[in-house]
Amino acid sequence: MTVATTRIPEPRQKTPTPGTGARDEAGMTKRIEISGLNAYYGSHLAVEDISMTIEPRTVTAFIGPSGCGKSTFIRTLNRMHELIPGARVEGSVQLDGQDLYGPTVDPVAVRRTVGMVFQRPNPFPTMSIYDNVAAGLRLNGIKKKGDLDAIVERSLRGANLWNEVKDRLNKPGSGLSGGQQQRLCIARAIAVEPQVLLMDEPCSALDPISTLAIEDLIALLKERYTIVIVTHNMQQAARVSDRTAFFNLAGPGLPGKLVEIGDTEKIFSAPEVEATADYIAGRFG
Amino acid sequence: MSTSITPESRDNAQRDSGSRRSPKADQAHGADAKPNKTQVRLGDRVFLGLSRGAGITLLVIMAGIAVFLVVKALDALGDNNGNFLTDSTWVTDGSKPAFGVAGLVGGTVISAGIAMLIAVPVAVGVALFITHYAPRRVAQTLGYIVDLLAAVPSVVFGLWGLVFLSPKLLGLHTWLSDYLGWIPIFDKDETGTTARTLFTCGIILAIMVLPIIAAVTREVFLQVPRAHEEAALALGATRWEMIRTAVLPFGKPGIISASMLGLGRALGETIAVAMVLSSSQEFTYKILDPGGNTIAANIANQFAESNDLGRGALIASGLVLFVLTLLVNGAARVVINRHKEFSGANA
Repeated sequence: MTVATTRIPEPRQKTPTPGTGARDEAGMTKRIEISGLNAYYGSHLAVEDISMTIEPRTVTAFIGPSGCGKSTFIRTLNRMHELIPGARVEGSVQLDGQDLYGPTVDPVAVRRTVGMVFQRPNPFPTMSIYDNVAAGLRLNGIKKKGDLDAIVERSLRGANLWNEVKDRLNKPGSGLSGGQQQRLCIARAIAVEPQVLLMDEPCSALDPISTLAIEDLIALLKERYTIVIVTHNMQQAARVSDRTAFFNLAGPGLPGKLVEIGDTEKIFSAPEVEATADYIAGRFG
Repeated sequence: MSTSITPESRDNAQRDSGSRRSPKADQAHGADAKPNKTQVRLGDRVFLGLSRGAGITLLVIMAGIAVFLVVKALDALGDNNGNFLTDSTWVTDGSKPAFGVAGLVGGTVISAGIAMLIAVPVAVGVALFITHYAPRRVAQTLGYIVDLLAAVPSVVFGLWGLVFLSPKLLGLHTWLSDYLGWIPIFDKDETGTTARTLFTCGIILAIMVLPIIAAVTREVFLQVPRAHEEAALALGATRWEMIRTAVLPFGKPGIISASMLGLGRALGETIAVAMVLSSSQEFTYKILDPGGNTIAANIANQFAESNDLGRGALIASGLVLFVLTLLVNGAARVVINRHKEFSGANA
């Protein structure tokens, strides 16, 4: 196991709470290095031996057939995977050299640093649009009305939603359309200024026009965040991502593996592995 | 991105096909009505009749009960020499009968209030523990025990409260009056040797309603969509913060409804209170002193020995209990509906 050798010798400090300290722009985005990662559900190995590097301020897309472990893998990057009873992770995920699975690391702090947007838009139905965006800030102890107002507006602008909702911030978030709800969820995620933004098939429940809006947004967000996106839609991967990782599984019941990762252009034009070419050409999956 | 299927073009397509279809449908109607007319099958007709009959029967029975109760109560109220709503005496024989429910309503509200103050937080805690904290096996066992507790008959609680719990609570009564006696409700006139008080009744009622509230809130908490819990966790919420952000707001209407179910039982509980409480007709707010009575317990205590007038008076008090329950439930409905657009049902 590589964990022992790659871990930095001194115990890592807790991740600083995002959004509170003054951070320079360089500190905003981080390189993620994954090595030898296995993800289990109980005794079932779902994802096997994944090593890759995710570059800062890029969009990395995960593609592959259903059940190949893309979603499982992305959930290991902010320690959401282990929330499922019996689920566990082996290996290391390093965020600028800090192991997210180190013994002293608090998973709650990890999730404040690595934000996530889910497959189905999931704004809190009991909260207004404003409160949805402010939810993460309140968890971080930001309570002052003025501060909240400013960050809520900035986040909604950042998610390209401000102009559509500025007159109805006190209305419930569940009253928005699906695409607007998903952008609200993105606003909620970026309000706490994470360093990495994970997106698990963020457009799969949306119509083409809303999908386009989200894709435009992703192009804007990558200026500031490291973005990882799981998608079923190869065209989407080609449109939005800088780098693409192709996952596959050898057969039913076998664990998913990383087949190859590279610049999106190269993966889509001249992949090194035949399975990648077959998948992209639509011959399976 | 393909933009050929815009919402407008899709609408047009639908309208086109619709206009194409409708003339045909009209023709079919004119030529032969059979295929288009909905066939009513025998089973449907029988079921409709049965369910409609059941509904009507229920209404008739309800109306019958209401009319009977109101007539009996009005008869008795006509012979009343006291003020029914503000008096707290209960004399239903002799030449000048005088009775009123003030003391009874007070005792009912106070004992049920104590029960709710204790039961609701504990029940919500139990439900949260079962749904979000306990390991699966512990949760199952605990859930089963809670359900079992709900099935214990109230007379058993009454016996237990009288023989076991109330002597044990005497010390607590003394302690409360010693240290919190400056609060009027904890003031204690008698240095009595009995704990058969409204306070003890409240505790027993709390134990009785706890499983109902816990069972219903547990079901509500299980309905909280996993997606909302994950949304909170992904923002960096701890488990308690997740519960505060996603679970409790979603479950609030359910908690209120469950509390109303419990409150209904606490207000109407008869035999346990009748057994435990050392009652008096006078209204008392001093919950640590024996005395006070509840509407339901008063009915149970008096009914057997009452004359016709007395029974009418008891029925009238029963109607007051009914109205009280309606008011409380109505208030709860208002609270739930006020935030309807923010309800979790819109998720």
